[in-house]
Amino acid sequence: MTPTSSTLAPRSRARVLLARLEGPQTMGRGPAFWGTAFLAVAAAAAYPLMADAWTVGNAAYFLIWTFMAMGLGVVWGYAGALSFGQTAFFGFAGYAYGVLTLNLGAAYGLTFVALALSVAFGGLFALVIGYFMFYGRIQGVFIGIVTLSVTLVLETFMAQTAGPQWRIGEARLNGFNGMSGMPPLTLPWFGGDILLYPGPSLYYLLLGLVVVCYLGLRIMLNSRFGNVLVAIRENPHRVGMLGYDVRLYQMLAFGIGGAFAALSGALYTAWGQYITPSSMGLTSAALPIVWVAVGGRRDITATLIGTLVVLAGFQSLTIYGSQYALVVMGTLLLLTVLAAPEGLVVGAMKLLGRVFQRSKR
Amino acid sequence: MSEILKVEGLRKAFGGVVVANGIDFSLSAGAMHCLIGPNGAGKSSFFRLLLGEHAPDAGTITFDGGDITGLRSFQRIRRGISVKFQVPGIFKALSVRQNLEVAFQDHLHGHSLDATIREMLEFTDLQGEEMTPAGILSHGQQQWLEIAMAVGVEPKLLLLDEPTAGMSPDETHKTGEMLHELNARGITILAVEHDMAFVEQIAERVTVLHFGSIFTEGTIAEIIDHPGVQEIYLGTSDV
Ligand SMILES: Nc1ncnc2c1ncn2[C@@H]1O[C@H](COP(=O)(O)OP(=O)(O)O)[C@@H](O)[C@H]1O
Ligand SMILES: [Mg+2]
Repeated sequence: MTPTSSTLAPRSRARVLLARLEGPQTMGRGPAFWGTAFLAVAAAAAYPLMADAWTVGNAAYFLIWTFMAMGLGVVWGYAGALSFGQTAFFGFAGYAYGVLTLNLGAAYGLTFVALALSVAFGGLFALVIGYFMFYGRIQGVFIGIVTLSVTLVLETFMAQTAGPQWRIGEARLNGFNGMSGMPPLTLPWFGGDILLYPGPSLYYLLLGLVVVCYLGLRIMLNSRFGNVLVAIRENPHRVGMLGYDVRLYQMLAFGIGGAFAALSGALYTAWGQYITPSSMGLTSAALPIVWVAVGGRRDITATLIGTLVVLAGFQSLTIYGSQYALVVMGTLLLLTVLAAPEGLVVGAMKLLGRVFQRSKR
Repeated sequence: MSEILKVEGLRKAFGGVVVANGIDFSLSAGAMHCLIGPNGAGKSSFFRLLLGEHAPDAGTITFDGGDITGLRSFQRIRRGISVKFQVPGIFKALSVRQNLEVAFQDHLHGHSLDATIREMLEFTDLQGEEMTPAGILSHGQQQWLEIAMAVGVEPKLLLLDEPTAGMSPDETHKTGEMLHELNARGITILAVEHDMAFVEQIAERVTVLHFGSIFTEGTIAEIIDHPGVQEIYLGTSDV
C-alpha cells in the first residue's frame, strides 16, 4: 500500500497543505493572482508610511471586521446556512475580552491570552448554538430567525446590566452604556510593554492576522472538509447518503464562523477599549450580510475585498449622516441581489479572468 | 450463499396509507435482484426504510450480519449500503470532478484521487466532462454520475431506484452493462425497475411488490407467466 497522510514526511505534508491554497472552492490561481495578491499586501504594508497615525488606526478598524465577514462567508456562502446573528459571537467575545482583561490586567502578554480565550469562548458558544440548531433540524430561513433571536436576546440582556450587582470580578457590565476602560492589546517587551493603540503597530498586527486567516481559510476550503461543505450547500440529502454526518459538518462550520466573528469582537474591544450592547443589535447584525453579499459570498477572496470596499464606502457616507448611509447599504444589497446575485467582486473577478484567458491565447 | 440483507415484518403507515405492510424479504450476497410493482406500490418507500429515511412502525432490518434498524442513514451508508435515487441526487452546481471527489475522498486506501477519478470517468463514459458542472450533463449522464458516486463509498449493497428512467434504449442497455460490471466486482444489486427488457438484462430473480406487501418472487420467466402479476399490471396504464 502507498503511504497514507499520517505517514507522510512533514515536508511533503506541508506541500500538500500549500497545494490546497488553490482549488475549486477558491477563485484565483497561478502567478498572476499570487503576484497581484503580493502587491496588494505590499501596498497595504507601505500604507502607514504615507498616512498619519489616525488614518492608519482607522484602516485598522476596517481590518477588524474582515474576520467576521470571512466567517460568515464560510457559514453562509460555503455551507449554505444564512446566519443573521454573527454579532452574537462578536459581542460575546467583545465582552469576554473586556471582562478578562479588566480582571487579569495587561502585564506579561495577558491581553493576548484574553484575546485567545475570548475567541475560544465565542467559538464554543457558536458550537453550542449550532448543535441545538442543526441537531434540532432547523433549516433554511429558520436558521436566520434563530440566530437573529440569539443576538437580539443578548443585546437586550446586556442592556439591562446597569446595576452594580452586574459585575464579574473587577468588571462592571454597565448596561446600555457598555463597558470601557479595558487595556488595549499589550506586547511585553524589553524596557517596557508596547501598548497597541490604534495606529501603525496595531495595523501591522491586524494585517498579518488577515493574511494568515485568509490563507488558512483557503487551505481549509479546498480540503476534504471544504469539499463536503459546498456539497452540503448544494444537496445535504445526497451528502448524508454518501456516509457523511451532515449535521456535524454544519455544526463545525458554524463554530468556525462563530470563532471568526469572536475574533473580530475581541479585536474591536481592544481597538477602541469599549463595547456596547448595540454591537449585537439589529443594525449591527444586518451589516455583515451586506458586506458578504455585495462582495460575493461564495468566494472567500470576494468576501474579503468586498467587505473592505463596502466598509470604506460606508464610512465616507456616514460623514453625511448614518441613517442616509444605511439606506444606501440597503439599496446596494437589493441591487446586488437583483443584478449580480453572485456578488460584485465575483462578477468582476470572473470578467477579469475571461479577459486574461483571451489575451493569453 | 450467505444473506446480506434480511427484512422481517417491516411495517410503515402514513396516516391511512400503508406503504409497507409487513414485508419479509431477503437477499443473498452477490445477487442481482429486481423489485417491480405498479406505481404507488411502495417500492421507493421500501428503499427509504432500508436507508433509514423513514423509521418503521414495526419490523427489523439486518444487514451484513448486524441489526441496522435503529441506525441513522449515514451510519447505514458507512456499513455498506449505497443508493442511486429515482430523481438524480447530484451536486448540480459543482463540477463532475467535485461530485466524484466528495464521494471518493474518504475511500481511497492510498490510491491516488486522480487515478480513481479517471477510472470512474471512463466507467461512466464521462471522459472530457471532468470540469463540466454536473447540472448541465444530459439526464442519462447525470444518472451515471450518480451511480459512480454511489459506488464511491465502497458499498456491499447498491440500491437503485429506477436507474434507467428517461434513458434511451442504448443508454438503458449500457446501464445494464455497468451494473453487471459492478456486480462482478462483488457488489450486490437491488434495483427498482419498470422496463422489463432491462429487468431481463440484469436480474436473476424478481420480487413483485403490491400495496406495500410482497406479492410474489421468482425468476423472470416465472414472473412474466404469473397470471396474478399480469392482473396487477393490467390495472395500471404506466407499464
Ligand atoms: N412521506 C409520505 N407521506 C405520505 N404518503 C406517502 C409518503 N411517501 C409515500 N407515500 C405514499 O405511499 C405510497 C407508495 O409510494 P412509493 O413508495 O413512492 O411508491 P412507488 O415507488 O412504488 O411508486 C404512495 O401512495 C405514496 O403517495
Ligand atoms: Mg418510486
